[in-house]
Amino acid sequence: MSVLKITNLSKHFGGLKAVNNFNLNLEHGEIVGLIGPNGAGKTTVFNLITGIYSPTEGNVRFLEEDITGLPPYKVMQKGIARTFQNIRLFKNMTVLDNVRVSFGYRIKYNFFDAVVRTPHFNREEDAVTAQALEILEVLNLAGRALDKAGSLPYGDQRRVEIARALAGKPKLLMLDEPAAGMNPAEVARMVELVREVKARFDLTVLVIEHQMGLVMNLCERIVVMDFGQIIAEGTPAEIRRNPQVLEAYLGKGATVA
Amino acid sequence: MKLSRQSFVILAVAAAFYVVVRAVEAAGIISPYWQMVLDQSLIITIGALGLSLIYGFTGQFSLGHAAFYGLGAYAAGVIDKLWGHGVFPFFLLSLLAGAAVAGFLALLIGLPILRLRSDYLGIATLGFGIIVKVLLDNSNKVWPVLGGATGMSGTPQVASFNVIFVIAFLIVLLVRNFVFSSYGRACTAIREDEIAADVMGVDTTRIKTLAFVLGCALAGLAGGLYAHRYPFLHPSSFDFLKSFDFLLIVVLGGLGSMTGTIITAIGWVFLLEGLRIVLGQNFIDFRGVIYALILIVTIILRPQGIFGGREWKMFVPGIKTAGAPKEEVDRHVSA
Repeated sequence: MSVLKITNLSKHFGGLKAVNNFNLNLEHGEIVGLIGPNGAGKTTVFNLITGIYSPTEGNVRFLEEDITGLPPYKVMQKGIARTFQNIRLFKNMTVLDNVRVSFGYRIKYNFFDAVVRTPHFNREEDAVTAQALEILEVLNLAGRALDKAGSLPYGDQRRVEIARALAGKPKLLMLDEPAAGMNPAEVARMVELVREVKARFDLTVLVIEHQMGLVMNLCERIVVMDFGQIIAEGTPAEIRRNPQVLEAYLGKGATVA
Repeated sequence: MKLSRQSFVILAVAAAFYVVVRAVEAAGIISPYWQMVLDQSLIITIGALGLSLIYGFTGQFSLGHAAFYGLGAYAAGVIDKLWGHGVFPFFLLSLLAGAAVAGFLALLIGLPILRLRSDYLGIATLGFGIIVKVLLDNSNKVWPVLGGATGMSGTPQVASFNVIFVIAFLIVLLVRNFVFSSYGRACTAIREDEIAADVMGVDTTRIKTLAFVLGCALAGLAGGLYAHRYPFLHPSSFDFLKSFDFLLIVVLGGLGSMTGTIITAIGWVFLLEGLRIVLGQNFIDFRGVIYALILIVTIILRPQGIFGGREWKMFVPGIKTAGAPKEEVDRHVSA
């Protein structure tokens, strides 16, 4: 079953074609990598899918439904959650509250329940808290639940971002450079974590990453972008040997050593 | 329904506060003048909690809070003056009407403006404040009862300390319950990072509008109480400087702290009255200098405000499952 189908997606900022004629099809359960040099348009693709930008042309279908141009909160309510390249946590909120924010749209009590504290409110809040803690447990963050998110070390913050995305109960998880700035041991742990999370929450995963260690180990399929366009697509082994990819990364004339 | 420990502590603190005030009053230590100052401090607390929701928790900069306070005062005041004559249920109704008028106008302003990110709300509310002031100054030309620039009197003075105290207490509870709910978390998320909040499923326009309308309605409610406690309403009591007062209270108390707003609001009103005595009638205008200095010094020494986002423990609901043994967490999940 196709989870995400992107057709002829383009985004032009004035004369700059940040994304041009981008096509992508994600099948249920896939882990697909989106790579390319800096400025290739990868994050713009994420912003187009999640509704932060509206596309100049083309459309995005999620689970057979057209979601092109929906505002971000609606895209997330359909089942697409993401993380950010430069961590965007709610820094002055606790880790637990960061995660509980994503439960907001599914909460069943209304304004009256909240201000009067009806039993219905208390039951719902307890359930949400328990589920949030369960997600934090999976990401090995349960001990930090009541710490301010901004006070956590960098690697933990990356995982809080993933926890927060998972709390939205997504079917598609989009990770924007989850291993940026990590050492090889941490990258290896991140690969394990993404696999575990994917299996446990039955997800399809789209990941942007520069760390080749993560991309090559984690992804079943890789899409390579340069100058807003797809220049190659294939398995990690194929991508490694693709001359166009080498050219994009290393310049013309580069060969496999 | 059993009372949580937090609710019990809040109730106990409020009761203790009430008993102390009543005892001091009975002992004759507190003059009617200072009783009035105390009442005013509770009224300002209600209004400031409104701005705390808008700016402190949701991060939406508003420069026209006093306009909503004034609208509530005039609306509740004139209704009760003309038709209520101080009958108690009607007095309460007039308060609700004052809050509703302020809330409704906030909705009209908020809907178009709050779609935008950034500080447009500050400019729009500043403009709104000026409009309200000018309209109140000239209101007698349309409806003589409102008195225009000469002010309005004749509202029944039925807001006793008891009534003001009970209402202030209920509002503190309401704001606390709002803040520590999914709604409050959505507000704070918007303040922290609006785009991230949007991406996490928060309908940011709706939540910002909700916070703004609720906050302005509280200002309107506070205004309604003011009209029933101070016999003379004048447009200059609700001008830009008054808005600045509310803003100062929220910023000095610390953005995102109810505790800070409450303490600073009460402290602020007493400070202003205290300065009136300390400075004497000839130097009264120096108050402006002194409180600007307090603001500058506080911002330099403690930019996060006096309470800097922290709360009294009694306001913060316990996390039932935090640190609980694993079995207990599981039980909650399956329930």
